[in-house]
Amino acid sequence: MQLDVLYFAWVRERIGVAKEQVSTTAVSVADLVKELSAREERYAVAFQDMSVVRVAVDQILVPLDAPIGGAKEVAFFPPMTGG
Amino acid sequence: MTISVQQDDFDLGFEVTALTKNNIDIGAVVTFVGLVRDKTGGTLLSMELEHYPGMTEQALAEIEQAATKRWSLNASRVIHRYGNLKTGEQIMMVATASPHRKDAFEAAEYLMDYLKTDAPFWKKEHFKDGADWVDSKAIDDAAKDRWTS
Repeated sequence: MQLDVLYFAWVRERIGVAKEQVSTTAVSVADLVKELSAREERYAVAFQDMSVVRVAVDQILVPLDAPIGGAKEVAFFPPMTGG
Repeated sequence: MTISVQQDDFDLGFEVTALTKNNIDIGAVVTFVGLVRDKTGGTLLSMELEHYPGMTEQALAEIEQAATKRWSLNASRVIHRYGNLKTGEQIMMVATASPHRKDAFEAAEYLMDYLKTDAPFWKKEHFKDGADWVDSKAIDDAAKDRWTS
């Protein structure tokens, strides 16, 4: 499955790109995190503490165990600080 | 119910006039404006605001719809800026218009509480000697949770 993966704020800075296309067999967000972390150190560093990372699948906030089947876009970012 | 996510500054007076124009049912307007504040006493140069285009607009629309269901609102307006803002500049505004002040006050607080935790914006502070991402605060989560308890 081909996915657009987006990163924001310090997650983007640690991984080094804002957006990339990823080929994956991951079924859930958690699988995708594991898969990316195993690929390269920079992912492992960004995802080392998932309690400070939020996830959106197709622009909707979801928990870490959410499924990604059929998704077009997965985004990783820190807790929001707008306002 | 109008939302704007923009780089440009805004004029609060203009927005309130536009919000209430031709609507004689409105008896109360509450507004909130957030500003770039220097907590360090003079070392903050600017604040960089990043957002998630697409998701931001969608999240703000959902928050505004939820407020409209919960309170009697004639109109509401949310503007949130992104990009590089200097100390003292306006970051965002919320305005709520209602027949009565209680609804306008509560809806404005609700919009702010949910916007802070659910709208995908991130702030990075640039100081004279470096830069840091602003951390989210537990107090903001608690402020949001009071609406569901």
